[in-house]
Amino acid sequence: MSDAASPSRLSDTLWRRPRLLLLLLLIPPALWLGIVYLGALFALLAQSFFSIDDFTGLIRYEWTLRTYGELFRAANLDIILRTVAMATAVTIGAAIIAFPIAYFAARYARGKWKAVFYLGIMLPLWSSYLVKVYAWKLILAREGILNWLFETLHLGWLLNAYLSLPVVGGNSLSVSWTGTFLVFLYVWLPYMILPVQASLERIPPSLIEASGDLGADPRATLRNVILPLALPGIVAGSIFTFSLTLGDYIIPQIIGTSARMIGQAVYQFQGTAGNIPLAAAFAVVPIVIMGIYLTIARRAGAFDAL
Amino acid sequence: MDIAVKFDGVSRHFGEVRAIDGLDLEIGEGEFFALLGPSGSGKTTSLRLIAGFERPTTGRIEIFGSDATDVPPYRRPVNTVFQDYALFPHLNVADNVAYGLRVAGVGKAERLKAADEALAMVALSGYGARRPAELSGGQRQRVALARALVNRPKVLLLDEPLGALDLKLREQMQEELKTLQRSLGITFVFVTHDQGEALSMADRVAVFSDGRIQQIGTPEDIYHRPETPFVADFVGSSNVLPPDVVMDLTGIRAPASLRPERIRLTREGHEAEVVGSSFTGATTRLKLRFRGMPLTVQLPSDAAPRAPGSIVHIAWDDDALHLMEGGA
Repeated sequence: MSDAASPSRLSDTLWRRPRLLLLLLLIPPALWLGIVYLGALFALLAQSFFSIDDFTGLIRYEWTLRTYGELFRAANLDIILRTVAMATAVTIGAAIIAFPIAYFAARYARGKWKAVFYLGIMLPLWSSYLVKVYAWKLILAREGILNWLFETLHLGWLLNAYLSLPVVGGNSLSVSWTGTFLVFLYVWLPYMILPVQASLERIPPSLIEASGDLGADPRATLRNVILPLALPGIVAGSIFTFSLTLGDYIIPQIIGTSARMIGQAVYQFQGTAGNIPLAAAFAVVPIVIMGIYLTIARRAGAFDAL
Repeated sequence: MDIAVKFDGVSRHFGEVRAIDGLDLEIGEGEFFALLGPSGSGKTTSLRLIAGFERPTTGRIEIFGSDATDVPPYRRPVNTVFQDYALFPHLNVADNVAYGLRVAGVGKAERLKAADEALAMVALSGYGARRPAELSGGQRQRVALARALVNRPKVLLLDEPLGALDLKLREQMQEELKTLQRSLGITFVFVTHDQGEALSMADRVAVFSDGRIQQIGTPEDIYHRPETPFVADFVGSSNVLPPDVVMDLTGIRAPASLRPERIRLTREGHEAEVVGSSFTGATTRLKLRFRGMPLTVQLPSDAAPRAPGSIVHIAWDDDALHLMEGGA
């Protein structure tokens, strides 16, 4: 009884003032998000509106769009287009491979199999990214496992025929765009599987039964019910795979051709070349592309079922 | 009368669990047929077997004389109204209703016209452009009904369709479903755990318990002439008298059902001790102890109150005591 009368307990005070509690809870994340996270991003973006003096190599702190103009020089535009093409290919590939895996996990795996699924998806994420990429270099190299496998199966001619193709081919898989694609696909696949699985799991089984009950064969049910309802998950996954590919600079450095992608350009311009404004302008490109992509996805109704 | 649905020795086992065990059942064309039972009794599994969502472990299912055992759901001439309605959240009401026609390849204008007509039939004209999420529970239920009926199924399956509605709406929908079924002449197979619903709506009722049918009959049969103690107890409330007591009363050793409303208080007759009473509005239920067993008597609520511990005399007509199977 006396406890209820004593006014000093912190929990009592917070219970009486829910707004104060909310404020206390919000301040740390707001500080983090507002200053450390977005603040740093805006500091970077602000750099992109400065330019570099061609003679002194120093940054001129005057607002200009000149640096953005440089993005449209043929060599830089190539980098952008190449990166977007790779990100698109990786995203489509990941969606195609992830969907059946996620579907199995969401609709059929139970108990022990569900644990095996999560372990299988998450296990690669626990090991170092760099180790995985170098492991793939060994797999894809001319002296590597994949080549040996093709030779052993007397299919070496098939691999060589593929490698002689323009654009996707090369001296070996490890120095070809195909190699870059495969490693991107491997490294980002979990980021596609997990959101797709979550969205598939949220579809009530009765909706799939209802579709069949109304006369739709499994293919029509997939097209008319499952895919539209899984679309938010696919879009969420594609945001990961697309933006991670747009920004990565390690995988194309280690595996693939010498032609650069956006991440490498940012790395080189802000490092060796000391051209921070152009690096910042390059960094804006993925942000703009993602903005456009999300706008299109929203217009197309990808988030209607949320 | 043709047979719409026929179960021939159908069992459905889930591992060790026998959801349905050796079921034989014939449902006539144009019948309003209720599958009644507590949860886990196999009534919903039976419905899912007709729809094709489950396959029998053994036995055979026929729909209008043709073997449907191996026919997938999308090729069966039946449609289902799901317990949770299962409306497609990404489609508006009209597209939901037109879905069956769309996958059947009916043109857009024609199928939307049919959807409008179906929505009018369930008193939801003008709701076509709305999303299911914008409707109330009762409205969603009607949309689910329209979506099933627009395909002109030979058999309509309803899985506890009124379970999620409140009492007033439920009573109104019972009337409407019954009227709709009469005017369309379609066979309705209706799953419910609510005995009042089954009795008031169905032409015939199958009472399920533990994967088996206890009794099939008209609502009057089920209520007045229950064949097993389970049916007597589950349908309405009844006093199930054990064989010993019935032996004393009638000279026949068998359990018997005695409905509370058939028992009268009299000046002379069997003695019983009042244990308590409860007032339910229209009636008062008097709890008695009769020959060592509890007995419930239903009286008009204006009957004189009886104090616990007092002795009353009770009697009933001969036909009120209904002998059942399960003696010895």
